Amino acid sequence: MRQGPLKGVRLTEFTSAWAGPYATCLLGFLGAEIIKVESRKRLDHSRSLSFSTGKEFKGPDESEVFDNLNLNKRSITLNLKKPEAVEIAKKLAKISDVVMENMRPGVMPRLGLGYEALRAEREDLIYLSSSACGQKGPQREYVGYAPTFAALGGVSYITGYEDWPPSNFMGAIDLRSATTAALAILAALCQRQRTGRGQYIDMASQETISVLIGDVLMDYIMNKRVQTRKGNRDHLMAPHNCYRCKGEDRWISIAVATDEEWRGLCEAMSRPDLIHDERFAGIHDRYKNQEALDPLISEWTRDKDYYEVMEVLQKKGVAAAPSLSSEGLFKDPHLGERNIYRQVEHPVIGEDWVLSPPWRLSATPGGIERHSPLLGEHNGYVLGELLGMSPEEIHRLEQDEVVY
Amino acid sequence: MGRALEGMKVLELCSMVSGPYCTKLMADLGAEVIKVEPPGKGDRARSMPPFQGDKPSKEKSGLFLYLNTNKQGVTLDPARPEGKKILQELIQGADVLVEDRPLGEMEGLGLGYETLKKTNPGLIMTSITPFGRSGPFKDYRAHSLNLAHASGQAYLLPLLSPHQRRPPVKVGGYTSDYDAGLVAAVAVLGAFFWKGISGAGQFIEISKQEAQISMQRVESVTYANDQVVMTRTGTQRPMPGGVLPCKDGHVVVITPEEHQWDALMELLGNPEWSKEPWCRDRVIRADHTDEINGYLADWTRRHTKEEIFQKGQALSCPVSPCQSAEDLVKSEQLEARGFFVENTHPEMGRLKFPSSPYRFSESPWRLERSAPLLGESNKEVYCGRLGYSREDIEKLKKEGVI
Repeated sequence: MRQGPLKGVRLTEFTSAWAGPYATCLLGFLGAEIIKVESRKRLDHSRSLSFSTGKEFKGPDESEVFDNLNLNKRSITLNLKKPEAVEIAKKLAKISDVVMENMRPGVMPRLGLGYEALRAEREDLIYLSSSACGQKGPQREYVGYAPTFAALGGVSYITGYEDWPPSNFMGAIDLRSATTAALAILAALCQRQRTGRGQYIDMASQETISVLIGDVLMDYIMNKRVQTRKGNRDHLMAPHNCYRCKGEDRWISIAVATDEEWRGLCEAMSRPDLIHDERFAGIHDRYKNQEALDPLISEWTRDKDYYEVMEVLQKKGVAAAPSLSSEGLFKDPHLGERNIYRQVEHPVIGEDWVLSPPWRLSATPGGIERHSPLLGEHNGYVLGELLGMSPEEIHRLEQDEVVY
Repeated sequence: MGRALEGMKVLELCSMVSGPYCTKLMADLGAEVIKVEPPGKGDRARSMPPFQGDKPSKEKSGLFLYLNTNKQGVTLDPARPEGKKILQELIQGADVLVEDRPLGEMEGLGLGYETLKKTNPGLIMTSITPFGRSGPFKDYRAHSLNLAHASGQAYLLPLLSPHQRRPPVKVGGYTSDYDAGLVAAVAVLGAFFWKGISGAGQFIEISKQEAQISMQRVESVTYANDQVVMTRTGTQRPMPGGVLPCKDGHVVVITPEEHQWDALMELLGNPEWSKEPWCRDRVIRADHTDEINGYLADWTRRHTKEEIFQKGQALSCPVSPCQSAEDLVKSEQLEARGFFVENTHPEMGRLKFPSSPYRFSESPWRLERSAPLLGESNKEVYCGRLGYSREDIEKLKKEGVI
């Protein structure tokens, strides 16, 4: 790995689950040194359980979910219930550019690790708190996970079939919150680079979702219209849907914007008669009659492989792509050639598939340097090398379950 | 107080959602963003709903207005020699160029990164394309819908789907496109930080498909590692709770920790069934998901979403209403946090806007200017910044260059 753009930046995190850890994982891909403070007293969920598949892990170092979200990091175990551990955490803040936490609002200050306390250790510290609803407001202490962020944020309400309840959401919502936190920290780093000043950032996960449906909110603000669920439908385009293909639960998405694309689709389907069908002549006609249009397309796609449909339509200039499952993504020829999947060698898990960073930087690529840390793997490095403690002292802290 | 990205100069050559959202994030944090649009039509988002009063107008699209706050806007046709020359001058003064043109178009105009970096080695050029710049599908076309599906985001929706006979659906709105803009902005700020240290620019490649896959980082490797194909029917991991109907809409509840399950039962008044041995044990309970969800729905149907939300949260149970746009605009929590801000638009008057999910202590989020009218900043930029005369501008306008 060649160095990332944040080489030399150090971040200490007090986060667990997905939304916190992936935020700093992204900054780690960009080359920052990430020190994860955790404890076997209150193990990060993702070390013991996969929320997506339900798979449970026996020991703390067997989770591929944790691995995927905590690559490149260092781990130190601190039992923050002990005052000595809190003092060590403060020393870590002193040598860090950034601190991130995603505990319930109020917990970090009660531990003596709030922004004011850590700023006293290091004046130009950047400190981001990520929480469900934010640090202020009547709902600040409300608890939540990805499904509630999606529900509160407004995206559940507009996702799903017209005649069916709103869609639930899982981890992808957390990773949106995480990516937003990474952006906020970077912006603060740029400001500090220019001015020498740090700052506190209060981020609300539910709001990280609401900003992604800004246009839907504008529709209510301007027109008092409450947009609701409409499957794969668009405001203007038709056809604009997902059509069954050959195989188990295989579907192709097709979206047609212009008359030219419509002609391309008709030709690909060997249905030149449809080009002159007045029900589908113009964009408004197709939109109005899309219920009649969809079955005609399904009839054509149902006995074909989804890549076959994609290719024949793309050749005609029609936007079409399969709806890929986790298996479909892994076997996709395009993604395969682009090497988005990578195996890392993990001392307990063995070969573990993870995803590469979602960007390619030509001069400072950064990327995946090593597997996620074993629990407390870097106690010696952090306490000894970074904080200058002797092996005897570290041993005593372990005995006293301060380092635990 | 300063702004986080004060002094950062960004040039945007993008349309619709991903590219404009990327630069909006920077503009809202204080970067100077100049948006370059084709003369006449402008950004395609200008012709997309929602429109104020449902009357199509280039200046009244809620989508465009939201995605282009705090930017300056100029019009320019880079395919014309004078247009290309002006664009080169703009690029010369930029830290960041974000473009979403089809593959090869910038190179075709003589504005590829290899050329541009010769005169502006500090340039951070960011290319956002549907499938990236290599691979067998690199030239394929994709609308928003296609990438939501090709990235795997849609395959798992709606969750829970009653069965697999109905198709997967996209994430509501343009969410997946916003995802790509957000990821691109993270990469750009990383590179900009590096430029602050080294003075050097670089080329950034963003594949919208991959940016969207990155939000499914965990789900995307379940087949590779465990041969598990997750589906929208959720059969891989039954868990009591999820989306439940109530008197006036829906709520969602999730209880990964036992004390949260206990809180949910307390909310329901500790019903008899919850005391059965099969319901006390977390693992066995999961096998009774359908039965339990029936009981839960019987209760939630008799209460309002607000009632369930407030009472449940008072017990520390992770439960929330499925909020609509109206609920959000009227939310007391968002009100208390100042999430919506007001601004005056020259053609639409006072208008509320969603702001941002972060509050910076040293760099408050500000809506300083509305999205630009088409060509609004032509004089400001071409005369003020590049030194063209008013006569030059008139001439270029007549020739259709701007």
